[in-house]
Amino acid sequence: MDNNIILKTKGIAKEFSGVRVLNNINVEIKSGEIFGIIGENGAGKSTFVKILTGIYTPTEGKIYFNGKEVQFETPLDAQKVGIIMIPQEFNLINDLNVYENIFLGNEKKKRVFLNKKEMIRRTKELLTELKVNIPATARIDKLSVAQKQMVEIAKALAFDSKLLILDEPTTVLTRREIDTLFEIMRQLKSRGVTMIYISHKLSEVKEICDRVMVLRDGEMITIQDTDNIDEKEMVRNMIGRELSQIFPEKVAPKENIVLQVENLSSVDGFTKDVSFDLKEGEILGFAGLVGAGRTELAETIIGIRKKKHGKIIIRGKEYNIKNPAEALKHGIAYLSEDRQGIGILTNFDIPSNITLPSLKHYLRRILINKRKEHEKAAQYIKRFNIKAASLKSKLEYLSGGNQQKVSLAKSLDTGPEIFIIDEPTRGIDVNAKREIYFFINELVQTGISCIVISSEMEEIIGLCNRVAVMREGKITGILEGEHINEEEIMFHATGLKGVA
Amino acid sequence: MSLKSLIKKIDFEKYGSLIAFVVIFIISSFASPYFLQLQNILNILRQVSYTGIIALGMTFVIIGGGIDLSVGSMTALVGGISILSLNSAMKFFGYGYWNEIMAIIVAVIVSIALGAAFGSLNGVAITKGRIPPFIVTLGTMAIYRSLALYIGKAGVFTSNSYMYPELGMGYFLGVPIPVWVFFVMAFLFHIILNWTRYGRYICAVGSNQKVARYSGIKVDFIRFMSYVIVGITVGVSAVFLTSRLNSISSTNGGSGYELDAIAAVIIGGTPMTGGSGTIFGTVIGAIILGMINNMLNMLGISPYLQGTVKGIVIIGAVLIQRKRTQ
Repeated sequence: MDNNIILKTKGIAKEFSGVRVLNNINVEIKSGEIFGIIGENGAGKSTFVKILTGIYTPTEGKIYFNGKEVQFETPLDAQKVGIIMIPQEFNLINDLNVYENIFLGNEKKKRVFLNKKEMIRRTKELLTELKVNIPATARIDKLSVAQKQMVEIAKALAFDSKLLILDEPTTVLTRREIDTLFEIMRQLKSRGVTMIYISHKLSEVKEICDRVMVLRDGEMITIQDTDNIDEKEMVRNMIGRELSQIFPEKVAPKENIVLQVENLSSVDGFTKDVSFDLKEGEILGFAGLVGAGRTELAETIIGIRKKKHGKIIIRGKEYNIKNPAEALKHGIAYLSEDRQGIGILTNFDIPSNITLPSLKHYLRRILINKRKEHEKAAQYIKRFNIKAASLKSKLEYLSGGNQQKVSLAKSLDTGPEIFIIDEPTRGIDVNAKREIYFFINELVQTGISCIVISSEMEEIIGLCNRVAVMREGKITGILEGEHINEEEIMFHATGLKGVA
Repeated sequence: MSLKSLIKKIDFEKYGSLIAFVVIFIISSFASPYFLQLQNILNILRQVSYTGIIALGMTFVIIGGGIDLSVGSMTALVGGISILSLNSAMKFFGYGYWNEIMAIIVAVIVSIALGAAFGSLNGVAITKGRIPPFIVTLGTMAIYRSLALYIGKAGVFTSNSYMYPELGMGYFLGVPIPVWVFFVMAFLFHIILNWTRYGRYICAVGSNQKVARYSGIKVDFIRFMSYVIVGITVGVSAVFLTSRLNSISSTNGGSGYELDAIAAVIIGGTPMTGGSGTIFGTVIGAIILGMINNMLNMLGISPYLQGTVKGIVIIGAVLIQRKRTQ
């Protein structure tokens, strides 16, 4: 066998309760290359890497690592040979500090005692190698998302990883942080570390990967050198057709105002004197850098965070909203950016997730009318093109994009007048994004008013009627018409323009 | 391949307890010819009904991600006070058939209301005080027992009624009344868990509190109610326990009930982490515990060893759940 091949799979297939989600995957990954995997939601990317990391066992097929056949029963088996995954949701313990996390389960000892000195020294060494400036004794919960990611990478290196799998590593990073990450990846590559890189951001795949594999519906469509394939071609391979216009035509909102927020501040200080209004049928974008306080503003509006002062006026009437239940009652639904954490219940099936906030509409006297629930869920599945083995599938078996569609259906089923959507397309693929954009557009045409919080510039520009830009908890400007462009937004977001 | 894959395919959450039930049932029938006799089976059911009723309420608490260690002490305190109120009510109403019935009704109402009240004390401390359920109910376990000892002067509460034992010793259609109550309540609780908003919400709260809160569920209220519910089941159980012996001991009345109730829920397949579970499983879990005790008795094994076997069964049940989720 070729010595240069670090990982080879032969006919890998995976079935979940009889449904084949992955079929006949044959790849040969060269030592020291960065291998991209792209594909739509549910194309099988996650399933494939979960097989490589021992989280799932394949239904069929074989894996060879360094020329030897391997069988992983648990993630630990994969770690032992040096395959390590940096997951989207980090596996770090917030209460511990950096070096404790890096050596978690792998502690260095002096007889029976922990050798803290040695662990701190080694951690410093790893962090210096990565050229990141994080103290080895900082607590994890004090770190930014980008810093946490670096800690994950350092952890992987401490395990002497030979194959590093990065699942959507850039979704939560700013452009500058992405550049740093890529620099580190290139540096690792020069040291002979092989990497698998999963992303929806095709330009990044082209930038950083040597080769890219396209998956569609569990099948391997093609493997190409990234020099020989452009983004359009990637998309064509992913969806099997040309992608038509990604954003729908913008629709002018009505003149009447449904929501007025005046001088809103939160007790915790993340939201400071925010004022804006929302017209009926409008899509109002909220742009800003990560940490600008947009999610916190939304949470203050729906009563998760305590209001210090300010007014929230819905259709001319002032309300004091103290919790999400009251927000829902007054017609405000909030779809969180943190899908797994606060959006859906992974051990509930599709109908019970969708009807959770609107269950009172599914009662016959005091009993739940399950047939009505199922009928409604079936409608949403059809309307949103949700892919699932069955209606009764638990959410944990759905892909990220399909989970997002279920969350969308869930919020929508409360019959909101005002819909706050936080990062509507984070971590989902082009085709599902397009579906969601068109869907939001459909919503506003039925008279629902939307607030879209997004870190994706393209999305903000392509979708919104007006754009509020936030910085450090304040709105620095509300842009309209031709002022909605990348430059203006960045100026306001970074404080070069507007009052911060 | 064959047996291993077959075992892997079995949904242990759903059928694990049922399989264990069938296995133990078969073993017991071979172990003793007496086991299958109707009287013995009715005895087992009566034995398990006291803690079984509490286990029904405990199922909601555990599904909601909580625990209640105070149910045993609460049984003694509630039972004791209800006997005192029975005696006072009898004085108040005077002698006569209907007068005594009235007094018993008062005692039953007092018992259930007290159970609900003590349960709500737990619930308030847990939800408003933001104290972990384990700590709160550990504390109230000590408090309720000590109050029972104080009020009962560390002795036995004895009722003056001749009719009260009819409730605990009586039969309806050949089946002991507590067993009827256990099964009827199990049916009701099954409906509440699977077919009402409360049932759906308690699962949601146990599965992920944040998701539940963002979905507009009043998380604190839902959790609070689960402790009230288990309190009510303690009240019902205390009625049958006290009426069977026409008395209850303040020192060891209801002692160890928390263990049996929690064990029944866990053996029944409800995960300690909450989020899901079944009443059916809990009923089976309670009966399994009863069958094991019965079998050990019939085999002449020292009653002191029953706790050991019970402990092994609990740990084994959780072990199987672990295996399944991995």
